[in-house]
Amino acid sequence: MRSPTYGIIPNIAKSIKSDILLQIFNNMCRVRYFELGLIEAFKEKIFDKFVYLSSGQESIAASMSLVIPDFMIFAQHRCHSTYLSFGGDPVALRDELIGLPSGTSGGRAGSNCLQYHKNNMTMFGHHGLIGENVPFGVGAALGSGKPVVCFFGDGAAEEDYVFAAMGFAVTHKLPVFFVCEDNNLSVLTTIDKRRSWSMTEVAKGLGMPAVDITDDPWTVYRKTQELKDTLPAFINIYTCRAYWHNSVGTDGPPEWDRFKIVKDELIKLGMGKQIEEIENKIKTSMEQIWDKKLLQKLLKK
Amino acid sequence: MGQKTVAETIKEITRKHLTEDNGLLLGESITAVGWVNNTVPDCKGIIELPMTDVAGAGIAVGAAMVGRRPIFVIRFQDFLVLNGSPLIFFAAKIKELHGNCAPVFVRAIAAENFGPCHSGVLHSIFMHFPGFRVCSPMTPGEYEKIWQDYMEHDDPMIVSEHRASYKNTEELNDVLEKNADITLYPVSATRFEAVKAAQMLKKEGIICNIINILWLKPFELTKRLIDPLTETKKGLVIDPGHEIAGASRSIAYELMYATNCKVGALGLEDKTKCLYEPLQNKYPDAEKIYKAVKNMI
Ligand SMILES: Cc1ncc(C[n+]2csc(CCOP(=O)(O)OP(=O)(O)O)c2C)c(N)n1
Ligand SMILES: [Mg+2]
Repeated sequence: MRSPTYGIIPNIAKSIKSDILLQIFNNMCRVRYFELGLIEAFKEKIFDKFVYLSSGQESIAASMSLVIPDFMIFAQHRCHSTYLSFGGDPVALRDELIGLPSGTSGGRAGSNCLQYHKNNMTMFGHHGLIGENVPFGVGAALGSGKPVVCFFGDGAAEEDYVFAAMGFAVTHKLPVFFVCEDNNLSVLTTIDKRRSWSMTEVAKGLGMPAVDITDDPWTVYRKTQELKDTLPAFINIYTCRAYWHNSVGTDGPPEWDRFKIVKDELIKLGMGKQIEEIENKIKTSMEQIWDKKLLQKLLKK
Repeated sequence: MGQKTVAETIKEITRKHLTEDNGLLLGESITAVGWVNNTVPDCKGIIELPMTDVAGAGIAVGAAMVGRRPIFVIRFQDFLVLNGSPLIFFAAKIKELHGNCAPVFVRAIAAENFGPCHSGVLHSIFMHFPGFRVCSPMTPGEYEKIWQDYMEHDDPMIVSEHRASYKNTEELNDVLEKNADITLYPVSATRFEAVKAAQMLKKEGIICNIINILWLKPFELTKRLIDPLTETKKGLVIDPGHEIAGASRSIAYELMYATNCKVGALGLEDKTKCLYEPLQNKYPDAEKIYKAVKNMI
């Protein structure tokens, strides 16, 4: 099942407008280059707290954010890509990571607990217990009647309260999009060692539409368009994290590198020049955000 | 006081909250088996939760995050161990962590005589964690006051109710005696028992002050609490929960430290509450309070 091509709709990119393709790529670059700057700063010991990197998994939020930009967001610990793709300010994120009062939670919460309540974006902060964002999201949908998206990992999906909350959403026909970013790992334990069942089948059993796909952003984009009109719904997306569970190390190359695959496809589609421009622009802006001298000044080191 | 019971007071407050103030009420089996001892009105805004204790609490917290000020009903306080996670780790932390709020009104109902997992009083656990307001109203007037307090603040509130109070129509005023021998500080349903114990002791010439404890957190060492103790030099805090690391010892410590007077604690023994004697481990009733006071004097 799990593969870099699972469930991809053939020739999907050609059916999506080029400005959307470029916006998705733009979002992916925001995450990738923000985190490259972060990694440098971490290695320079500018800060030393836990960080949960999204690199490798960028395509999911990058594409979904364009379809459901106005949903209330309940993410869990690995949430940089959610935050940045849905429109969170990278400077406020940097400041949160390095513990400044100008951070998203005044520098008190950190990488795994990001919130944002500006520019028409509503992202509620997490607290560190995986999967608890799911009942919170369901309760928020119940209380407000507004649509909600809950992001969680394949590990969190196993928490008993996650599918209890999903079941409640079905019973009450709540507009909640449940998104599992399935990197096959809970810290370092693979799914085959943890369970014999599929979350997608559980979701179907609960009575909601549910699909398994890989993290091809254009397929994710199309599936999100379809499912957002039949909420509650569940989507399980195979993906790979490029770095350690937390912190900035790697255990060799990931199973697949979606960022590179996407770039190659866009070049094949004749967008090489545009994506080069996007990439350079974002690279420069993120380098400015993570400029060492600026950081030292901010931290008065 | 008037004729209204505590149960009727809760029902009235709830009805207004649900019908006029866009509130919600969530809980398991609310609309069955006597509508929670007749404390819940039959009106809009009631959400029957499935038997999902952890997720259910999380759903209530989520509703609080979007401003619905939900009343979350827990029929037996013991279940708070399951319900606790979203309350303790999120609702109570969100203000300091993120600067926003999740004000859930938790109706945590205690009872006596229902065995090991239905007779517990767990408010001490919630005093332990930062971020809650914790109280234990036993009279109609107190319930109205704590509701007002909840609506004026944005913190989650643990309301440690007790079935023994539901039929009560009377306010329980502090009792200050001349030349008293000891000051009693009862909490929750032990307040009704302390009144009886004081009468038993009076017959034997032992005079007790009774200072009612409504607020467990924030706990304020006011003159009302301290002055009678400095006169009697002896005090006893009485709580229906477990004594070890519980409300009785915690409050006794505060009083003792502030006054240098000897203050005892009386709660449950460090034993499971079984259904029948000899290990029933009943909450401090009049008899037990009577004995504890005699031991101290
Ligand atoms: C309730 C709870 N249990 C356990 C943990 C410890 N923990 C933190 S992250 C994590 C792995 C979660 O895996 P997954 O949900 O798949 O997310 P991923 O890190 O793979 O993105 C675990 C077990 C926790 N934070 N909260
Ligand atoms: Mg995982």
